[in-house]
Amino acid sequence: MKIAVLTKAIPSYESSIRIDSSERWIDESVVNFVVNESDSYALEEALQIKEQLNDDSEVVIVIMGSESNTSKVLKDGLAKGADRGIFIKNDISETDPLSIAKIFSEHIKEESFDLILSGLQSDDLGSGQTGVLIGELLNMSTATLGIETKMEDGKIKVKRELESGWFQWITLPFPASISIQSGINEPRYPSLKGIMGAKRKEVKSLDARLINDSKQKFVQLFVPKTEKVTEKIEGDVDSIVSRMVDILKNTLKVI
Amino acid sequence: MILVVLENQRGNIHAFSQEAVVAGQQLSEKLGLDLSILCLGENASSLKEQASGYKATNLILAEHDLINSYSADGYSKTLSQVISELSPKYVLMGHSYMVRDFLPRVSAKLNIPFISDIIAVDYDSDSPTFSRQVFNAKLATKVKADAETVLLSFQSAAFSSDDIESGGLDNQSDFSVTLDSSDIKSESEAEFQESASGVDLTTAELIVSVGRGIDSQDNLPLVESLASAMGAELASSRPVVDMGWLPPYRQIGSSGQAVSPKLYLSVGISGAIQHVVGMKGSKTIMAINKDEEAPIFEIADYAVIGDLMEIVPKLTEEIEKNK
Repeated sequence: MKIAVLTKAIPSYESSIRIDSSERWIDESVVNFVVNESDSYALEEALQIKEQLNDDSEVVIVIMGSESNTSKVLKDGLAKGADRGIFIKNDISETDPLSIAKIFSEHIKEESFDLILSGLQSDDLGSGQTGVLIGELLNMSTATLGIETKMEDGKIKVKRELESGWFQWITLPFPASISIQSGINEPRYPSLKGIMGAKRKEVKSLDARLINDSKQKFVQLFVPKTEKVTEKIEGDVDSIVSRMVDILKNTLKVI
Repeated sequence: MILVVLENQRGNIHAFSQEAVVAGQQLSEKLGLDLSILCLGENASSLKEQASGYKATNLILAEHDLINSYSADGYSKTLSQVISELSPKYVLMGHSYMVRDFLPRVSAKLNIPFISDIIAVDYDSDSPTFSRQVFNAKLATKVKADAETVLLSFQSAAFSSDDIESGGLDNQSDFSVTLDSSDIKSESEAEFQESASGVDLTTAELIVSVGRGIDSQDNLPLVESLASAMGAELASSRPVVDMGWLPPYRQIGSSGQAVSPKLYLSVGISGAIQHVVGMKGSKTIMAINKDEEAPIFEIADYAVIGDLMEIVPKLTEEIEKNK
């Protein structure tokens, strides 16, 4: 089975995020790029599927972005056990989900992947659409928010997380594109052997064939303003608690 | 035309759909476009009944045996047919898990944009702009779309369902859906809950919610005592449930429940966006956290900066005294 893991390099949670002079993107020079959290769970799930099948299956990391932002994330995925990589070089920060999906689809369609796994959403743009869009563009079956997968009779069974503590099992025929929820497994660390071996693994570099048909555009980034007036309560424990009781009793009248 | 699509949630119109109706009514008024409401698939005729008092131009029913239960295949195909025939300018839904599951399929099928998880709409230029959170809610962005039809989904509590205008409908119609069993490639089993509960956090007036800051399961009784002293329901953020310290039905957030109590008192919750979407509709938010920069404080009315291990027992004691 050929499994693709769509992986994105995003600014780390600790990075300082500053709007650049165009007001449509951020200043990337002060940002540390790391793997998108849910994508690392997707990679682990792919590696576990391959290990269970124990045949000639392969796991391929597919990543798009500039070389400087993505190279460490790609190397790390190969060190964890992916068999090879496809790097789609794109220095333009595309923000239209449909254009992003079309670029991916265009470059991976000839691979005829049986299974595409991706994180449920990227923590930078947060649209949560890429895996499903690619599934539709490549005529695959789709599912989202997978929290468990099983192979069964040549199909894949996915336990989907629904709202309010509900779940559902869904069975999909291949080819399938499935987005993975964080927390589904325990992503492994690269072994020393893995790190050494990663250098010899194949990475196919492609220049992104851009779409130039963005259906939606960022017109302006801004820092969200809080409209709330927040009262700070701090100091020693006794004065904190006495102010809290006062609010609960006299302002909110809940005790 | 503005088209709002209603989603079924265990027999009722989904809370997020009700908010999308408000967004649709406002867009319709600002842009001078008719408003249609579509009930499709699962439980559609009951949803139609429930929506009959909404102020709208048209209420549309789209039913078919193959979409009596939800599938991304069936819903995306059906909604694509409706859009192709009616050519609405905007199609609105709540940003629910179901919408994330199938609406991108419609976007790709029809080659039209889908702006997801919108928090606000602005009308200060020739066409509306839609605001979304990006970079883990550290920034937001205004988005414009250029297409015949644009798909929109709204973050919970971006609009309030209290603002739904009633007034009834001018028209009702049935849409004839064309589906073949070969269109549905997936097989879905019955939905289930991991653990049954008699707890309904969505109707609770007072909620005390605990997060990762509690450090250990052994410390949970501190927060349980506080909740009980206040007569509040106990809730939590995702990490507490992931670690098995509380059952999933206590979880607030995008993968748990969305609540809007009179008071939400959070204890040791940092305020990741996945949690905040589930509780930001609370009337009053009081948050205890030792980190002055915790994002929860940005939406809190009262920011209590200090050590929960000291504050919580003392607070419980004082509340008991005041009873």
